[in-house]
Amino acid sequence: MLRSNLVNIAVIVLLVAYAVSGEMFDAPYNITLATKVAILGMAGAGLNLALGYCGLISFGHAAFFGLGGYVAGILAVHAFNHQPIFLGWSGTNQMIAIWVFALLATGLLALLIGLLSLRTSGVYFIMITLAFAQMLYYFAISWPSYGGEDGLSTYLRNGFPGLNTMDGMSFFMVCLAWLVFVLWLSSRIINSRFGLAMQAVRENPVRLAGLGVSPFRVKLTVFVLSGMITGIAGALYTDLNRFVSPSVLSWHMSGEIMILVIIGGVATLSGPVAGAMLFIFLEQWLGGLTEFWQFWLGLMLLLVVLFARGGIIGTLNRWRAS
Amino acid sequence: MSVSLFAEQLLNGLQFGIMLFLMSAGLTLVFGVMGLINLAHGSFYMVGAFACAAMASALGSFWLGLAASLATAAIAGVLVETIIVRRLYHRDHLDQVLATFALILVFSEGTRWLFGSFPIFLNIPDILSGTIDLPFGIAYSKYRLFIIAVGILIAGGLYFLIAKTRLGVQIRAGEADREMISALGVNIARLNTIVFGLGAALAGFAGAMVGAIQSVEVGMGEPILILAFVVIVIGGIGSIKGAFLASILVGLGDTLGRLFLPGFFGFFLEPSSATSVGSALASMLIYLLMAVVLFFRPGGLFGKAA
Repeated sequence: MLRSNLVNIAVIVLLVAYAVSGEMFDAPYNITLATKVAILGMAGAGLNLALGYCGLISFGHAAFFGLGGYVAGILAVHAFNHQPIFLGWSGTNQMIAIWVFALLATGLLALLIGLLSLRTSGVYFIMITLAFAQMLYYFAISWPSYGGEDGLSTYLRNGFPGLNTMDGMSFFMVCLAWLVFVLWLSSRIINSRFGLAMQAVRENPVRLAGLGVSPFRVKLTVFVLSGMITGIAGALYTDLNRFVSPSVLSWHMSGEIMILVIIGGVATLSGPVAGAMLFIFLEQWLGGLTEFWQFWLGLMLLLVVLFARGGIIGTLNRWRAS
Repeated sequence: MSVSLFAEQLLNGLQFGIMLFLMSAGLTLVFGVMGLINLAHGSFYMVGAFACAAMASALGSFWLGLAASLATAAIAGVLVETIIVRRLYHRDHLDQVLATFALILVFSEGTRWLFGSFPIFLNIPDILSGTIDLPFGIAYSKYRLFIIAVGILIAGGLYFLIAKTRLGVQIRAGEADREMISALGVNIARLNTIVFGLGAALAGFAGAMVGAIQSVEVGMGEPILILAFVVIVIGGIGSIKGAFLASILVGLGDTLGRLFLPGFFGFFLEPSSATSVGSALASMLIYLLMAVVLFFRPGGLFGKAA
């Protein structure tokens, strides 16, 4: 426990140090990268709850990431244009209000998708979650009111009381706070009675049912929670880019979030963050060397799957344990 | 709406469904026999289309291109199976998803490297261009009719292969009990390679056929791959019969949904929003269909209960 705590803290310290170095050496792009790592790491942490700890292989988390993103984008655009959405209310450009709406919307969506898809398991579950995400993706593409295929630009970053969110470092701190909160919450959940139940679902749902705990309700709760966390990450991602497009709903996004979790280490607390770091690093480094960096990314992923099981954090923990 | 337009759309839906079947057949067999979830199946579709386009432009013959698409996709399938996929059969689904997702990246970017990002256009051979007059005054594209005919022939051949030949018996036995048939002396590793290569060849062939109607470009396999997943989930994973019926259902449902839904909403919405609501819903229709099927039959129409 202590050993993995050390690794968790090291990962966060590394992330903060990278952002601070960006501030000190006047390299705002590095702060943007660090913010992106924090946001993607958080999306991964959300997925990790379902995928890693509960064994629910969702291949459709882009639905929650994207819906969170669109909630932020749509509310902000309405507020910018003073154009009413509903009963004369014209959106908001306050992050806190947007987060509440993003949580509600993604929670509801996850409840709906979960109610239907958790009736299945195994490959059916993988595919039905993928299909629901695709459904939203095609809806976003063919729905013209909010940009359709071209996406939606929000012009300004939404506000947070007492902060100038257009300043990169301030916005990084907001995202970092969310990330740390989510990781803390995850560790509280994992080590609680409920957390034991959810890991028991992964290992042996029949025995859990025999103990009088309904596996379906545990799975549904985890799925909704996981979707909401990923949704908040999506809302922050819109704020980071000041832009949202259907690509955040695409299955590449689902695949990317899943990759972060797996290369970082499934069912490890800071695995998704380490995975996001490695992913962004590869994107920047390989992307600078060759236009076809995803070719090499694919090869590396293949090697990781075939030979290095447990991801970065798993390997670190094993290495320190021996 | 005229009868001929409706008939044309009906045939288009059928053609779409039959191409979906060629994709889904391999996918569902590979899952049924090897228990592998293969996201890279769409890459074989793309490989087939590119092989056909390259061969057709080099030799000037569409038919040689079609042959090349079958051969290239089959070879790619056999290579992928023996080098990588073989190691994944005993892994969990998560590893399979990740490894085959990585394969997509390798295939897509590799193809972009070789052929560039711009779409390539593949010409329909002269003998199949233009339309043909069907009864009731319907003029329909010869090439699409050709696709329907070839697709039905292949489906028939596949049925014969699975139901009547020794290989088919082994494939069905492999779906039922892998250990038992290898204990009975069937070379299971070779069977796996054959099934995977066959599925890849069918996908490549479908890619080449459709490539001549649409364009040949990187990433063309992904939308159709996801539709093929919808098909095999509706049909029941592992069931060829289910895949065939679900393909036709999805092909017709998607095509007719796009035709009718905008008009349907026109009855009670103003025209501009009717068009946008209708087309948005039409693009979601088959996923809704899948959700409904899974709600009542979680194992698909012809599958075992999940």
